[in-house]
Amino acid sequence: MAPGPWHVATLLDKRPETSNAATLTFDCASWPGHRAGQHVDVRLTGEDGYQAQRSYSIASAPQDDRLELTVERIDDGEVSPYLVEDMQPGDALELRGPIGLWFTWDAAADGGPLLLVAGGSGVVPLRAMLRHRAAVPRGAAGAAGARVTARLLLSARSAADVIYAGELRADDDLRSFTTYTRATPPGWTGYARRVDRAMLEEVAFDPCECPRIFVCGPTAFVETASRALVELGHDPAVVKTERFGPTG
Amino acid sequence: MSIVNRGFGRRRPVDPEIARRIPPGQHLVPDFPVLSVGPTPRNELHAWSFEITGEIDFPRTLNWVDLQGLPSESVTVDIHCVTSWSKLDTRWEGVSLDVLLADVETEATHVMAFCDGGYETNLALEDITDGKAWLAYGYGGEPLEPEHGGPVRLLVPHLYFWKSAKWVRGLRLMDGDAPGFWEQNGYHLRGDPWSEERYWGD
Repeated sequence: MAPGPWHVATLLDKRPETSNAATLTFDCASWPGHRAGQHVDVRLTGEDGYQAQRSYSIASAPQDDRLELTVERIDDGEVSPYLVEDMQPGDALELRGPIGLWFTWDAAADGGPLLLVAGGSGVVPLRAMLRHRAAVPRGAAGAAGARVTARLLLSARSAADVIYAGELRADDDLRSFTTYTRATPPGWTGYARRVDRAMLEEVAFDPCECPRIFVCGPTAFVETASRALVELGHDPAVVKTERFGPTG
Repeated sequence: MSIVNRGFGRRRPVDPEIARRIPPGQHLVPDFPVLSVGPTPRNELHAWSFEITGEIDFPRTLNWVDLQGLPSESVTVDIHCVTSWSKLDTRWEGVSLDVLLADVETEATHVMAFCDGGYETNLALEDITDGKAWLAYGYGGEPLEPEHGGPVRLLVPHLYFWKSAKWVRGLRLMDGDAPGFWEQNGYHLRGDPWSEERYWGD
């Protein structure tokens, strides 16, 4: 599955997720499909021929009709402000992918249970996994006839910083936990601190259940969370990580 | 075919001397992003060792003290990550692989570098000899931090930085090429940034 040539993708819709992040929906007729968790390279070309490219996680599931990217604007960046603010429906850009065969999850091939740990915009590739999980017909992914059991732990500065806030709700087999690191909503009784070992011990599956673990977020977040998971007894080989520096 | 993005392309003024050092598709970063596929391994130095094994009559092992006893170099190089960032003038301390491989008799053409955590990456022998690669244990005048690959990582700055394997623990000499970790997961077998050898098929 080589990423092959650059594809032209036309922006169909852009919707704000937070004050500085937006989800962009594209029409890309030549898109070859992808696995949940993969990313694309996006290339912009200026009128003077100047080009810049960056990598962004794919936010949509393989089963979704349209390719979606969720982009967080980096204030002094050059690509992300264009995508979040300037680009309008009908505009096109070039993208290449899908890229990466490691940080991916397929319900049938990989199974569960599934533990997703996200810091800030690190939730984007994990959202693709959750949408993929929800799209797999019941009974297809496990002998028990149930969906893959999943847990999501999301760390955000405040409620206003949560991407996909309306979407990441628990269901029968998904337990969703949020921790706020700077400000909590009125009446909040949940976690209100940075992710730590004690929190992961409460949220994560028992290591004996052999969860498939995906951790995505800023470097310090991923370092802390992945180290704590290993200390709790999870096999380092099943703790898959993806780290974001700011991608301008 | 390349399309034009309206309103994009306020080309930033870059010193031509610097622009010349940035491979196609790359951009400069001031910080040092961290990319790893799993948890950062933690190593006690007394338990650290480095093996040269595979297609070699007498495999050898160095420990941390052995490594410190070898002649070190300070090298200042530009580095290029396949995720499109480049960083100029990074300063490293370490031992040239020429020193480690000087008296190795082998028919090998390639090596597989192997690491704590199970990561592997393949390299042609000619890409890691003649002053092109180091075992690095210092960065910016300080010991190399674990998240950047400490205590010891490979430094192969003329290739994309996934080849500069973190937490490296040895080289397995091979009589042919074979894909390592990222090379099995969609990335190019060699990874020359100046030819944009990013992915399979590039």
